Amino acid sequence: MTAVLKHELRIYFRSLTAYVFGAFLLAFVGLGSMLYNLQAAVSNFEFVLSFGCLVFVVIVPILTMRVIAEERKLKTDQLLYSLPISTTEVIMGKYLALLLVYLIPLCIISLYPLIFSQFGDVYLPTSYGSIFAFFLLGAALISIGLFISSLTDNQGFAAGIGIAVILLNYYSVSLSEYVSTSALGSLIALCVIIFALALIIRYVTKNDSLAYGFCIILLAALAILCWVDVEALEGLLPNIMTKLSLFERFYVFVNGVFDMTGVVYYLSVIVFFLFLSVQSLEKRRYN
Amino acid sequence: MISVEHLTKCYGDFVAVDDLSFEIDEGHVYGFLGPNGAGKSTTMNIMTGCLSATSGRVLIDGHDIFEEPKLAKKLIGYLPEQPPLYMSESPVEYLQFVGEAKGLRGEELRQQIAQVIEQTRIGDVQHKRISALSKGYRQRVGIAQALLGKPRVIILDEPTVGLDPIQIIEIRDLIRELGRSHTVIFSSHILSEVQTICDEILMIAHGKLVAFDEPGKLEKRLLSPNEINLVTDAGAEQAQKLLSPIEEISSVSTSPMDGGYLRVEIRTDSGDIYSVSRKIFNAFKSSGKVLLEMSLKKANLEDLFIELSEGADDGGSNADSNESEAKEK
Repeated sequence: MTAVLKHELRIYFRSLTAYVFGAFLLAFVGLGSMLYNLQAAVSNFEFVLSFGCLVFVVIVPILTMRVIAEERKLKTDQLLYSLPISTTEVIMGKYLALLLVYLIPLCIISLYPLIFSQFGDVYLPTSYGSIFAFFLLGAALISIGLFISSLTDNQGFAAGIGIAVILLNYYSVSLSEYVSTSALGSLIALCVIIFALALIIRYVTKNDSLAYGFCIILLAALAILCWVDVEALEGLLPNIMTKLSLFERFYVFVNGVFDMTGVVYYLSVIVFFLFLSVQSLEKRRYN
Repeated sequence: MISVEHLTKCYGDFVAVDDLSFEIDEGHVYGFLGPNGAGKSTTMNIMTGCLSATSGRVLIDGHDIFEEPKLAKKLIGYLPEQPPLYMSESPVEYLQFVGEAKGLRGEELRQQIAQVIEQTRIGDVQHKRISALSKGYRQRVGIAQALLGKPRVIILDEPTVGLDPIQIIEIRDLIRELGRSHTVIFSSHILSEVQTICDEILMIAHGKLVAFDEPGKLEKRLLSPNEINLVTDAGAEQAQKLLSPIEEISSVSTSPMDGGYLRVEIRTDSGDIYSVSRKIFNAFKSSGKVLLEMSLKKANLEDLFIELSEGADDGGSNADSNESEAKEK
């Protein structure tokens, strides 16, 4: 694992990726603190972070697009398979390298509240709580980017899908307001989502029975729910959309609540997508 | 050292490797021979754990490559068809990564890197970026990578493809050198290459093992009759008349050449080809006609190769009998 970690770090710092990522993050957060903390003279650093998290839409896919897609393109993944290291170690090494690249600008950012506190009253616990949540949010998004990169050998495609996924996640709460809250609307939308997921599973695993099984089980669950309690379906879709939003959890920290469920939520997302990445890499051996 | 047992790999309906079984002993150079698409790379990828098998298993020194991948992979150094190189690094950095991944640390790592760099003669370019290296050097870096960690088996997939003649000779010499201290398995679709370097040849066609023997013995197995070609100044009829008394000759064909000469192709079933040629020579000598050229065409691996792979193509009894012979061995 350390071998992969060191190797990845060397590649990031050899190419421009790590610097571009760091520069964008620092520039955006710097801009935010100039607007909020300096010009508007607000002493809450957490507002800067809630403004700054939009930058993830662009910089996370830029950072993660090559991580596995490039290995597949250059056929260096064959080396990784033939070395005496497990797929889990490869994914963990790569993920930790990404986290380190992300932590460096974050360390610089975490000095800002201290600097501002020299010139006025800054409530540091909220600031650092938010920085911690900001780190978790970024880490979760990076794990999603890593997974997307493992699906393809085309970096551009990985970046495009990454941007789309994070952008949708960012706006999912605002979008959920426009979604029908009626039971029928939710039912139809959920059916469509189930079919789409089944199609994706079929494409990724090339396993028909798994995709059909997944589809049928979820549809059956939906039918049972419909039959037992139709009212539960009312507002279900917008609820799900809100619950799935990674950014919405972050705003809880910005509002001054250190939400343990949020922390657990982020960690689960990270573990889930790293697990999927391992499976995706492992799957390559089977076709 | 390596035993492959009933290995089968299917891609959908296409069977790439079909119930392949063989054993490989320590300390020889093995050539994996077959036409393109015969299943060589697939077999090698499975043997090194890069690919799963549909059924069957591969044991490396008793360790199953799927059950105990770490132990098994430590015994193997593998160079895939396309050398898996990171273009932005230098050979030294690249070898450092591979060495660390193979569990080498500190002084041992430095020593082994220096050793493989010397073995593969990439010292001149060790600090250049790999993207700036020629194909021959890239191949060497790939081989150097396989040598790290002192594996007992080196598996090379078509190591000479795409190289120029000088580079090919250098790589072949390197393989021969490695054969002294390692078990080497390398694949190729070029016969002469396998013939000159290998102690044993595994011939594979359409995912099946069609032959497994020493190059010399394989040549002997060729059943087609031996040929004698000559050029003479005799006429076609006269030549036929001169040769007809010789019993061992099974067929004669003649074709006229420029300048009134005649080319004669003679096939014989005789085991002692020199006694046949002596008789031919005496027949011509007594008639006063001159033999301007006389050459013996021995059976070579090329013919055997074509025969065996065509046999497997038919899927007929020929392939089966060859396979059973291979298994007997």
